[in-house]
Amino acid sequence: MLRVEGIDVYYGDLQALREVSLEVNRGEVVAVIGSNGAGKSTLLRTVSGILRPRRGQIMFNAANISQARTSRIVEQGISHVPEGRQIFPTMTVLENLEMGAQFPRTQKVQQETLAQVYAIFPRLKERRSQKAGTLSGGEQQMLAMGRGLMARPALMMLDEPSLGLAPLLVSKIFEIIQHIHRQGTAILLIEQNVFHSLKIADRGYVLENGQIVLSGSGRQLLENPHIRKTYLGL
Amino acid sequence: MDPHLALQLIIQGILLGGIYGLIALGLSLIFGVMGVINFAHGQMMVMAMYVSYWLFILLSLDPYLSLVGAAAAVFVLGYLIQATVVNRILDYPEAMQVLPLVAMGLILENMALLFWGPDHRSPQTALSLQTLWVGPVMIDVSRLIAFVLAIAITILIFIFLKKTNIGKCIRAAADNRTGAILVGIDVDRIYNTSFALGAATTGAAGVLLLPLMPLSPHMGHDFTLTAFIVVILGGMGNLIGALVGGLILGLAESVATLFLPATLKQVVSFSLLVVIMLFRPQGLFGGKK
Repeated sequence: MLRVEGIDVYYGDLQALREVSLEVNRGEVVAVIGSNGAGKSTLLRTVSGILRPRRGQIMFNAANISQARTSRIVEQGISHVPEGRQIFPTMTVLENLEMGAQFPRTQKVQQETLAQVYAIFPRLKERRSQKAGTLSGGEQQMLAMGRGLMARPALMMLDEPSLGLAPLLVSKIFEIIQHIHRQGTAILLIEQNVFHSLKIADRGYVLENGQIVLSGSGRQLLENPHIRKTYLGL
Repeated sequence: MDPHLALQLIIQGILLGGIYGLIALGLSLIFGVMGVINFAHGQMMVMAMYVSYWLFILLSLDPYLSLVGAAAAVFVLGYLIQATVVNRILDYPEAMQVLPLVAMGLILENMALLFWGPDHRSPQTALSLQTLWVGPVMIDVSRLIAFVLAIAITILIFIFLKKTNIGKCIRAAADNRTGAILVGIDVDRIYNTSFALGAATTGAAGVLLLPLMPLSPHMGHDFTLTAFIVVILGGMGNLIGALVGGLILGLAESVATLFLPATLKQVVSFSLLVVIMLFRPQGLFGGKK
């Protein structure tokens, strides 16, 4: 469904990604792991059209989206739940969710989608008239994910969804990701929580210094000695 | 001190303050959404005044009737300025953003000079000399209408931002640019619309001022400054603050004429600015950075 083919991405003269290729198929959970500064967020930002690849291309359902505007990319079914949540703090929870449905396709079914989002995140329903900036970190993460779901994505990209959350909430967020996946959305997950994310992933890629150095099924990667040593400290 | 005169000045000040508030609302909206200070704000207002003046002279259209048309003209002007100039400078440091907008103000001011000449013009509209007596207090009818319309337009803008989809997108883009881009909002277009809306607001305020003071090409930058002071007074980017700040400044300027010659009224606004900067630099209602 999503095919990233050999992209090079630069910040000015600084190269952040080198010939990165990866693939997410329909119904998959794919994890990209790597340390800080390895280029994980850069990868998602490029798929979203915020950054442009200097070489290579990004295909989504047979369409080349490497030069498409972000609004077109979202419309075609890729939701990006960004690092740091990037919610709208002075708007209410409900307004934040409404903002997730920007296109006729999603606006037509907005009430239905909203009911589904509330079913996944009952807390958001309770807080719907509250200003988003007053939510706790975990609730803000749920809001960001809920807002992403309002776009009825075929592929949801999550950037560090568990960052800064209490351990109990981390498990909860991973459960929710699996739940969203079971409802038919493919997931591209970026995480520092290597153990958790490889456990739920069908496949995984390891990004180091802007390059993919390893890939394989979630289980294979969990058993890989390099990963066990470098990322899991075992 | 004559209590009737004081009452008179208070009422006049509040009425004028409503229009100040409307001018500042546009400036505050533009700042709140894009973080840019529109140093061509007063000059845009003057453009709307000339459009309205033209329609009055050529077609005998009363300014209150041409208000929508004049505001629409400045809306288009604002949209173009944002699309061609301001969108390019958003990522530069503030000091660098000042120059293109000051330049834009100078260009507009001199265009007005070119098209309409340096003369002061006071169109005699149907209501411009009508007054109303409430007990001992005299109220200019056009001043009262201006105040009522200014408040009505302010309320309309609040409703627009709260209820409509474009209004919500404007607030979302103001709250978090990255978030807005990622949900699929065309943020450049929303920025154009926001700047245009801010310009149209000040344009509408200008038309309301037309029956109240003589029009000249050079009056713009005084109003840019007034609006800037009001916005700082109320809190940068805070729309309620802009309205209340406008009322306060109008009141202060007007009442000060009891003690000071009217030509010194800017002393009042600048003193107010200094006091606010000293004791409450974030503005009365708090603002955003």
